[in-house]
Amino acid sequence: MTETIGRPILEAPAATGAGDQHMILNMGPQHPSMHGVLRLVVEIDGEIVVRLYPEIGYLHTGIEKTCEAKFYQQVVPLTDRIDYLSPMANNLCYCLAVERLLALEIPEKAQWLRVLLAELTRLNSHLIWLGTHAMDIGALTVFLYTFREREEILRIFEGLSGQRMMTSYFRIGGLSMEPPLDFFARVQGFIRTFPEKIDEYSNLLTGNPIFRNRLQGVGILSATDAIALGVTGPNMRGSGVDFDLRRDMPYSGYEKFQFKVPIATEGDCWARYEIRLIEMRESVKIIQQALDGMPEGPITADAPKIVLPDREKMKTQMEALIHHFKIVTEGFAVPAGEVYQGIESPRGQMGYYIVSDGTAKPYRVHFRNPSFATLQALETMCKGRMLADVVAVVGSIDIVLGEIDR
Amino acid sequence: MSETLLSKAAVLERLPDHPAVKAMLAWKPDALLDAKFDRGELTLTIAAGEIRVAAATVRAAGYNFFEDVTAVDWFPSSPRFQLSYHIVSQTYKERIRLRVLLDGDAPSVESITSVWPSANFYEREVFDLFGIGFEGHPNLRRIMMPDDWQGHPLRKDYPVEGYR
Repeated sequence: MTETIGRPILEAPAATGAGDQHMILNMGPQHPSMHGVLRLVVEIDGEIVVRLYPEIGYLHTGIEKTCEAKFYQQVVPLTDRIDYLSPMANNLCYCLAVERLLALEIPEKAQWLRVLLAELTRLNSHLIWLGTHAMDIGALTVFLYTFREREEILRIFEGLSGQRMMTSYFRIGGLSMEPPLDFFARVQGFIRTFPEKIDEYSNLLTGNPIFRNRLQGVGILSATDAIALGVTGPNMRGSGVDFDLRRDMPYSGYEKFQFKVPIATEGDCWARYEIRLIEMRESVKIIQQALDGMPEGPITADAPKIVLPDREKMKTQMEALIHHFKIVTEGFAVPAGEVYQGIESPRGQMGYYIVSDGTAKPYRVHFRNPSFATLQALETMCKGRMLADVVAVVGSIDIVLGEIDR
Repeated sequence: MSETLLSKAAVLERLPDHPAVKAMLAWKPDALLDAKFDRGELTLTIAAGEIRVAAATVRAAGYNFFEDVTAVDWFPSSPRFQLSYHIVSQTYKERIRLRVLLDGDAPSVESITSVWPSANFYEREVFDLFGIGFEGHPNLRRIMMPDDWQGHPLRKDYPVEGYR
């Protein structure tokens, strides 16, 4: 290991002659188009990318280590902060994993609400992607449009959980509280108008010749490369691999919903753009089905030793008070074993691997985040293209540095 | 299937037609040290020296997508480290886990980057945070921590607040 200390990330290219144009260029970590603190070390020949090396770790906070010192229920707020643009997807993945360790049955209403919120989160995340991606290309207006719609989603989240971004609304065994009275009406109002808003973005971008020229044929990733390099989600489907965990390995009741999984075969930035636009329309359909068929019933599992009791019950029932005290001070023991729970997050296949040793704290928690693997494909997509295309490609793969570095 | 099978014999008896089990037995039954089927997940424990060929074997059997590799530190018990490889089959729509047990303070295992290039970053992460080496890895250097960092933070004998 000592031999890597002080060694440059990319060795300087050997000079080949008088006309040699190769140089090493550093992009980021402080760069407006690097979506956070991504640092790319690029070897260029004139304007052409020869090699590219992503250097990460600037946001590493050791969340996996922190989790080992917390009770199971205390990890939920930490998961929000991994991928801060889609907190509910992280909550969902973690809660599903622990529930499988505990063999808990989740009531149907909680499952449907979780699906509804996971899809709203997908819209939220895709809206940020669309706005910032278009902004990187130079179309600044779209950013203002998408943030207008995102603001409404965040207001819905705020009404639901009291928080706009770090919602922590999911609990092991269900959800933290009943949604407010106007929640369903607000979601209905939002998705009634949202398809028109997608048309609006499409009108601004799809026919725009600059946007088209910057994306079409740029950053091509073949289906074989996508699988070999671990690329998942919309990026993989843009390369023609037809696989979506929501449909193929359903969780949380997704098998009860009808939706299409869009596929494109070109594998370029344009394909990824089109796929995400269609995905937003499909998410709207899932939310509509969830609203129409929302079952009645409780939103938490019947497990008094795991789920915190109702405040009203605590004032009248001795057992509820004892359970509350025990859960908060001692946590709850989880049977020994290991599970890996995968879900389809807005960015691709997310997986939480939890190892329990039978105590109230997780022995090991590992997060498999889609952006981390997607970053490995960046060099393949950028090689041989102009340096300016790197910005378009980084925008199109929709990475979040919080979940890469963790 | 919802039942739990905790021994290799039970898995071989109840799941003889499982594509991954079948492929492993056809290739080298001795390399399969243990197996279990728990909470709907099949775990195959592979001999430490055979992981690269085992990965290639399950890949040929239809488990085409490498999803994740990570380690668990069972300090102070022995063997100390466990590597968990998660592999998805897009054909069977199913996931399996390959497990490797490693002993010693600075263990090392063959890299599977020649089978799946996507293991590159994941093996670097395990190397960085657990100090497990991967032979044949194209660029084995720290990924999260700075190059001159002392120690491996996710080991159980590493304090949560770090060394002071």
